[in-house]
Amino acid sequence: MATLTQTPTFTPDSRSLQGSLLIRRIGKAILWITPVFSYLFLWAPILLLILFSFNAGRGTFAWRGFTTQWYSNIFSGTLGAEARFSTELMLNALSNSLIVGVTSTLIATVIGTMVAISMTRGKFPGKRILDGLLFLPVVIPEITQGVSLAIFFRVIFEFIESITGARILPGVGTIIIGHVVFNVAFVAIIVRARMSNMNPRLEEAAGDLGATPWQTFYRVTLPLIMPGVIAGALLAFTLSLDDFVVTFFNKGVGSDTLPIFVYGMLKTSVTPEVNALSTLMLIFSTVLVGFSLFLQNRKD
Amino acid sequence: MHTRLTDSTERRAHGFLLALPAIFWLGIFFLLPLLIVLGVSFLSRGSGGIPAVLPFTLQNYTYVLDTYNEVIVRSVWIALITTLICLLVGYPLAFFIRTRERDWVKQFALFLVILPFWTNFLVRTYSWRTILGPEGIINSALLDIGLLTEPLPMLNNQFAVIIGMVYAYIPFMTLPIYATVSKFDFRFLEAAHDLGANDWSAFWRVILPMTLPGVIAGCILVFIPSVGTFVISDLLGGPQDQMIGNWINTLYQGSGAHLPRGAALSIIMMLLLMFALLIYVFFGEKEGKR
Repeated sequence: MATLTQTPTFTPDSRSLQGSLLIRRIGKAILWITPVFSYLFLWAPILLLILFSFNAGRGTFAWRGFTTQWYSNIFSGTLGAEARFSTELMLNALSNSLIVGVTSTLIATVIGTMVAISMTRGKFPGKRILDGLLFLPVVIPEITQGVSLAIFFRVIFEFIESITGARILPGVGTIIIGHVVFNVAFVAIIVRARMSNMNPRLEEAAGDLGATPWQTFYRVTLPLIMPGVIAGALLAFTLSLDDFVVTFFNKGVGSDTLPIFVYGMLKTSVTPEVNALSTLMLIFSTVLVGFSLFLQNRKD
Repeated sequence: MHTRLTDSTERRAHGFLLALPAIFWLGIFFLLPLLIVLGVSFLSRGSGGIPAVLPFTLQNYTYVLDTYNEVIVRSVWIALITTLICLLVGYPLAFFIRTRERDWVKQFALFLVILPFWTNFLVRTYSWRTILGPEGIINSALLDIGLLTEPLPMLNNQFAVIIGMVYAYIPFMTLPIYATVSKFDFRFLEAAHDLGANDWSAFWRVILPMTLPGVIAGCILVFIPSVGTFVISDLLGGPQDQMIGNWINTLYQGSGAHLPRGAALSIIMMLLLMFALLIYVFFGEKEGKR
């Protein structure tokens, strides 16, 4: 009993009470100010970009009135007032981006889903090593992946040329190979997350009811993990469309993708057409991301 | 008994076969290139189109460590500052999102953090030039008010690079922290208060330890790409602010190309990051055993 009355917790002296009230106020203020500041910080560049894509002034940050001229310039083939923007080059870059995006997404989704199933359901030696191997492309800096793949291609192509005399050049194919590397890792992560929420008994039940492993996969497992597979594919496609670093090191002449094209525009001088183009890309990825999040959060 | 046994061995074989395409792809186009870089880093520069020739040498490493020690130290320093700022911003942000009462507000707050992360990285980084530049939004506003007589130098320096990196990597910090915070049971906080803890000690002794795995994961996810930054320093930094990544690029292509030295610099950067990852694994294991 004596020990209970002696505990000072319920009778803090006024100084420590004031102190803790101050801390609570500061804490509450931080909890409100930081998010407001963070959201402003995250969105200011994007909102400005959208705003300036409608700005009539070229090459200046001041507002000169509303225009949609830059949007029409993108598609009209106009080279722009300073002849920097070429619709032909942009369309070429766009088509390269789509070829790379679609191909690498398809390959990565198939082999990424396969490895995800194998990691959740299979038991084999070296699974932990494979786990690490799948994790590595996600955590390694892009520049390391990009440069090492580029050096690999240089060495291999040199070797092939010295034997057969045939000269292979980097291009869309080498970009696709590089994109599949990081996309496989991301697809595998998302599909695995989906599979870990799935009841393995359903597959066992299918087997008990006489389904072959293929039938079980096609009619039970695949439909159940499909939202994860689609979300993974959408993520892969978006990552591929946005990738700059791996593409930069593994592209060849004429195989520029959209980000490489945009980089070229930015390096020479920012043109309002790039702002307009980016706004369109933003709308496109917003739709993709929204769709992907919707699929990931959907309850079965 | 017998059927079960064959069943499980069959499954084992299936499991491995399913993993084979990914193993091949990552083995040939990811691991092998890294090993080739390791090999090239010990070779000498070739002439003409040949990237590297024998004999083996350690000179690339001594040269790179000698010439680029400042760059390496600066890159790690900038990455650490970026990580710290991201933590200071991302941690309260994650709590803010977690403590929203309505579910759709929570989802929307999360969506607002994720979405910028999916828009074209180059352009939104470049967009900072219109904010930070001498004729940018901040400077022209401050000049108009009369607070400044000369524009503040906020572009093409270390400040701009750090702003750009914090901007790019905040989601990497916020999302893992949010993942642990969203599982945090606020009854622990009540219990701490009931047991006499004030806010200060409740934070340090209850909230922080319980959300530490997310904090560590976030720090690693920010630190690693920060050290390897290439585009941000290229677009927002001056010549003095170029990071390891920019020098790897310089050594890889252009007039100053020296592939073996570039390879050595890549390997040094990877060793630095492996060290960071080891810390993560070490802490992760400890957390897991608790």
